[in-house]
Amino acid sequence: MDFENANKVPRLRLGFRFQWEPAQNAHVLLYPEGMVRLNESAGAVLSEVDGQRSVADIVATLEKQFPEAGPLMTDVWDFLEDAEQKSWIEFR
Amino acid sequence: MGAAQLGFSGGEPLVRQDLAELIAEARHLGYYSNLITSGLGLTAAKVQAFRDAGLDHIQVSFQASDPELNNAVAGSRKAFEQKLAMARAVKEAGYPMVLNFVIHRHNIHQMIDIIDLCDRLDADYVELATCQYYGWAFKNRAGLMPSHAQLITAEAEVDAYRERLAANGSRMKLIFVTPDYYEERPKACMNGWGSLFLTVALDGTALPCHSARLLPIEFPNVRESGLRSIWYDSPGFNHYRGDSWMPEPCRSCDEKGKDFGGCRCQAYLLTGDADNADPVCSKSSHHDRILAARRAADHATTGLEDLTYRNTENSRLFFRG
Ligand code: SF4
Repeated sequence: MDFENANKVPRLRLGFRFQWEPAQNAHVLLYPEGMVRLNESAGAVLSEVDGQRSVADIVATLEKQFPEAGPLMTDVWDFLEDAEQKSWIEFR
Repeated sequence: MGAAQLGFSGGEPLVRQDLAELIAEARHLGYYSNLITSGLGLTAAKVQAFRDAGLDHIQVSFQASDPELNNAVAGSRKAFEQKLAMARAVKEAGYPMVLNFVIHRHNIHQMIDIIDLCDRLDADYVELATCQYYGWAFKNRAGLMPSHAQLITAEAEVDAYRERLAANGSRMKLIFVTPDYYEERPKACMNGWGSLFLTVALDGTALPCHSARLLPIEFPNVRESGLRSIWYDSPGFNHYRGDSWMPEPCRSCDEKGKDFGGCRCQAYLLTGDADNADPVCSKSSHHDRILAARRAADHATTGLEDLTYRNTENSRLFFRG
């Protein structure tokens, strides 16, 4: 993962809403006529996506939150890249 | 009950003067809210008010790209310019521009023009959907259903356009929904009866799909019972829930978990009995009705002027099957 990507700032694309859904007992991503139930790690990453903080910031926060998980840059970046592919998020 | 989505559709939801309030309440309850509008009666100020109230998504429905054609079907000349302006206003308010076009045999040859128009408008998502044949569209099926040849051409055009868009780095997404009359298996209508979806009609009737009202089944009303008992306990919502109601060929079919026997309304309209398999299915003993409609579409001569005029109720059925 290169320096350039670490500085990118992800944000949810308009029309997507991320929230906790008690009935699902999970974080979900809502979009027109659909919903994805997110697994725990996806939920944890998207919880930090606020359109302000860079990938590096997000990774730092998550590493603090889950110290037992070790370095997270690769995992987080892979997920974010995938999320961009799916048009859930975009980078500034 | 775990519902996560709330859609405002119609008719035309904009006739509700308190729409912004309804949106705010939906937001407050944690719903993802979506407005489907013809754009008539919409203003930039209203779009902004809805945005402020927390509306998540807007879709603008069109009938065709050609003002003349649009005029003929929608019955209003001004309709077209107004819609274009509102599509732009939606985007200016920061929403993705989502445009729905109803495609039929009299505009399917204009597909490229329609997509060109969307491209000029800088649309984000474009849905080109052939209508489903219920209500008004069922009565006028011969005048609406594209021929197989038309469909093949249109599909190729859309594919080629998609490639051009990708080559130009455009993010515009094209979704082409073809009529199930040209399939051999039915669509999984509503993801199964009483499985995901509930709609409340203007008079308060709760329905498992937009067109279920045409079925000879009694449906509950939100003025008389709560949503929870409507969803779980009402005979209407339980009528076709699960698969124990299925006769053959669905009963012993290994695909019943996939398509739930198709659309009850289509079964009713084409076979006279809503319990039957959707005749789109090639296993249905009524599949010949579909084949006959396909043949008719190859030879149809019904002009646009022959379509019976729509009232508002019909227009609702026309927009969204
Ligand atoms: S027989 Fe019924 S369940 Fe089987 S594919 Fe056809 S419609 Fe679906």
